[in-house]
Amino acid sequence: MRTKQLFIVASALMVSPALLFGAGTISGKVTYTGTPAKQKAIDMSKEPSCAKQHTTPVTTETVVTGPNNVLENVVVYISAGAPDESTAPTQAVTFTQKGCQYLPHVLAMRTGQELKVVNDDQTSHNIHPLAKVNREWNKSQPPGTPPLSEKFDKEEFISVKCNVHPWMHGFFAVLKTSHYSVSGENGGFSLPNLPPGKYTVTAWQEDYGTQTQDVTITGNETKTVDFSFKAKPY
Amino acid sequence: MDGRISPAVFLPENPVSSGKMRGRMGRLFAIVVTVIALASAVPIITHHWFWSDISFAPPEDISTHGHAIDDQLSDTMVEAGLSFLAAQILLGLFVWKSAERKSTDAIKTFPGGARIMVIAALVLVGTEILALGVLGQKAWANVYFKPAAPDALQIQTQAGQFAFYFRYPGADGKFGTPHPDKIDEGNSNFFGLDPANDVESRDDIVTGELAIPVDREVHLMMHSKDVGHSFYVRELRIQQDFVPGLDLSVHFTATKVGKYEIVCTQLCGLGHYNMKAYLNVLSQADFDAWMKQKASEQ
Repeated sequence: MRTKQLFIVASALMVSPALLFGAGTISGKVTYTGTPAKQKAIDMSKEPSCAKQHTTPVTTETVVTGPNNVLENVVVYISAGAPDESTAPTQAVTFTQKGCQYLPHVLAMRTGQELKVVNDDQTSHNIHPLAKVNREWNKSQPPGTPPLSEKFDKEEFISVKCNVHPWMHGFFAVLKTSHYSVSGENGGFSLPNLPPGKYTVTAWQEDYGTQTQDVTITGNETKTVDFSFKAKPY
Repeated sequence: MDGRISPAVFLPENPVSSGKMRGRMGRLFAIVVTVIALASAVPIITHHWFWSDISFAPPEDISTHGHAIDDQLSDTMVEAGLSFLAAQILLGLFVWKSAERKSTDAIKTFPGGARIMVIAALVLVGTEILALGVLGQKAWANVYFKPAAPDALQIQTQAGQFAFYFRYPGADGKFGTPHPDKIDEGNSNFFGLDPANDVESRDDIVTGELAIPVDREVHLMMHSKDVGHSFYVRELRIQQDFVPGLDLSVHFTATKVGKYEIVCTQLCGLGHYNMKAYLNVLSQADFDAWMKQKASEQ
């Protein structure tokens, strides 16, 4: 019995060294004020194999909102003060092309982390991250081909498009820290495992830009930080 | 044998029978030429590859101007076909006639000999081509020199790698000004509209398919976003290039409800094979409903 408990504690310590010093968490919600632009319906009629996968109309995802004015797809990350991390996580992040859309619309990853690009469709895609700081590339991926493997070395928010289907659009958020979170359906985010210190937290939305807040973590505590973006009607 | 090779090595021994042989070969060749010419006309006349079921006939014409183009093509085919057959049969006749020509007979060459024949051929071919041009000018002029009716439905189409997009002016009947720098495909702003500042663009309807009402003239204004493309609808008998930097247009009236394919027929890059859209010819009531639906999606 005791060995098992010890084992659990030991593994917890290995997984998260921050526990040794007491781990702080920054969490909160991203909301908007005002009226966001109406998202436009996407007309996929030229690609019947994709169009038939959707029973409900597909719209652009520039601004994705939820009940109570929450904003989805906002990348919240520690932009300053995070402990240095020399290595990228070994597990890959996956970006899937399905129904001529990108899943997820916004994909966050560490610099140097493996990115797998999957084509789940019956049509060719040509993924084209419009990188400016990193090296720009575009690759064709016919249906049934194995996933592509890529990585980005520098911090950058990269707009991603498909050279075959002009409506397809997504973002890669390549970050120097693994302390990041992308707001989900309830607009919530959480940045756990933070040792005591002074942090700058940045929230990035593809259309509304960035906001930052300074937060100090003193011990084993959870600080609530909320972000509110002003919506643009067009 | 003084060092030269005897002709006997190459020629059959009996000069009389060899002349006869050449004569027979010549006649056989004349017959083969004529048979090939006649046989090759069969698939063209019947629109089938000999006894197969696969038809070469053009698809049904759904436009008001298409019959003139079909007639012109058909006239050209008949005319060129008859000229081809006549030329091949004439060739066969001459081969037949000259099958037993002796090597010492004079050969007529131009200039000098066959002047009348050459002039006759020039006049014949010239008349043929001129006649086709004169007969066809009406079909051409109807599409390119006659402007669209003032009350034609105005639609804009933009070709870009690798999709067509269409824009309807909306309730105000006016197109908003496109701004190339504002083109944002990820945000579905394919025409670079600026609704924040440009009131006219706010009700513009942008779609990926070309829906039109049946029996109403459409004035399609075309421009390219990037490279050369082409707008081709077989059933409409329209094929018009997009040329970057040029505003071109076509006008047509579709006469049959249905869904037809619009394809790009100008090699435009990697995704050219996949550059297509659909032409949806609807009844006026269906078109109005479609328009309302699309307006609500903008």
